[in-house]
Amino acid sequence: MSISDKVLRPVKVFCTATLGVGLLSGCSVPGPGGAPDGIHDPYEGSNRRAHAFNRELDRTIVNPVAQGYGKAVDDDLKTVVNNVATNLRTPGVMVNNLLQGDLGGFGKNLYRVVINSTLGIGGLFDPAAEISDVNLVEADFGMTLARWGAPEGAYLELPLLGPSTERDAVGRFVDLFTNPLFFILDPPERYSGIVAQAFDRVGDREQFSDTIDSVLYDSADSYAQTRLIYLQNRRFEVGGDDEDQYSDPYEDPYAQ
Amino acid sequence: MRNNTVVLSRRALLATGTAAAMLTAFPHHAEAALSEAQARTLVDALVADINQVIASGKSEQAMFTEFARIFGRYSDVPTIARYTLGADARRASPAQMAAFTKEFQRYISVKYGKRFREFIGGQIEVQGAKAVKSFIEVKSLAKLRGQAPFEVTFLVSDKGGRPLFFNLFIEGINMLLTERTEIGAMLDRRKGSIDGLIQDLKTAG
Repeated sequence: MSISDKVLRPVKVFCTATLGVGLLSGCSVPGPGGAPDGIHDPYEGSNRRAHAFNRELDRTIVNPVAQGYGKAVDDDLKTVVNNVATNLRTPGVMVNNLLQGDLGGFGKNLYRVVINSTLGIGGLFDPAAEISDVNLVEADFGMTLARWGAPEGAYLELPLLGPSTERDAVGRFVDLFTNPLFFILDPPERYSGIVAQAFDRVGDREQFSDTIDSVLYDSADSYAQTRLIYLQNRRFEVGGDDEDQYSDPYEDPYAQ
Repeated sequence: MRNNTVVLSRRALLATGTAAAMLTAFPHHAEAALSEAQARTLVDALVADINQVIASGKSEQAMFTEFARIFGRYSDVPTIARYTLGADARRASPAQMAAFTKEFQRYISVKYGKRFREFIGGQIEVQGAKAVKSFIEVKSLAKLRGQAPFEVTFLVSDKGGRPLFFNLFIEGINMLLTERTEIGAMLDRRKGSIDGLIQDLKTAG
């Protein structure tokens, strides 16, 4: 048992108790053969309705705003927005680094906040990455739950928020409260992180518009594509390994 | 340079026409497996080509043409195409398979060309290669402006006749699986008609 496990154990017990065991064990688990291709989607009907709503929202509002933003703002300023948003959410990421027992990640992120808030002039720039090549070690409460052994649960597409799973939906909710800045700052500064992140998201919608358009509007089944892409990417973030997915098309040419 | 060597050995083959020449031209063809170094060389060349296109500042259309060429040169398109068609490939006629593979190549080049076009202002760095199962995994890191670097993994095999990549993972998103889902959905929309799918594929991507 490592030191981090020792530290982690009481935290786990405490958090599981506080959250309510019901929340975690409430994740639906597929029965045998219930998840073809690793997809467990018992709520497909309502998910598809949410998807249609999200797609319409993107088409009429989000994408037009993003294209306007993309044209009006130059690339350097977009990078600044990304830097500010990342710096402001880093304390919340660090809480999750700790909850996962990832002291290395916590240390790197601490270094980033200190360097970027000082040398980087309050987080406008990212000297931690550019000079010393220390990038954010991503962590969120959905990943923390996975690390603690909570099952992924069913796939969900949430109105406004987009693709998720039962586990990640709980994680997103809890992450509203994991950033210490939220409690330290008073309004309106309290919301600066959220605003910066909203702008950053809009910028991403524009930067990756070809890919997003291709999934949402060019696909024969945009719901199934979104679901598959989200689950693959999310499992990669949580588990950090492609290898489980390595099928061999030379041995299995018809993809059985 | 590499092309010259191939041309020369073919010429040598034609000139001598002996089994000995055949053996020297392809000394390890039968038994030697693909090495990590060979796989890495392929991806190094592929990444260099992609980076060159990204940095070229060409028009969108010109870039797609370049990416289509790159895809054709470095990837095992017939294997990828057959896999994405899945079990339905069994009932396709040879003519349908040929037509499907041709349209699939255009489709996949345009689609992934668009992905790579978003790498403009950034670049891809090859990190390392290792043998996994019967093929080689080559990991690389894409560094884009204003984004944390992310992983792009290529799987390389020589079972297609020479070293070629047959799958790529962008941040865990598996091209073979994603395209199998998409091609499956396109086939469903045509109620299982392979000819209908081929028709739709011409304008997809």
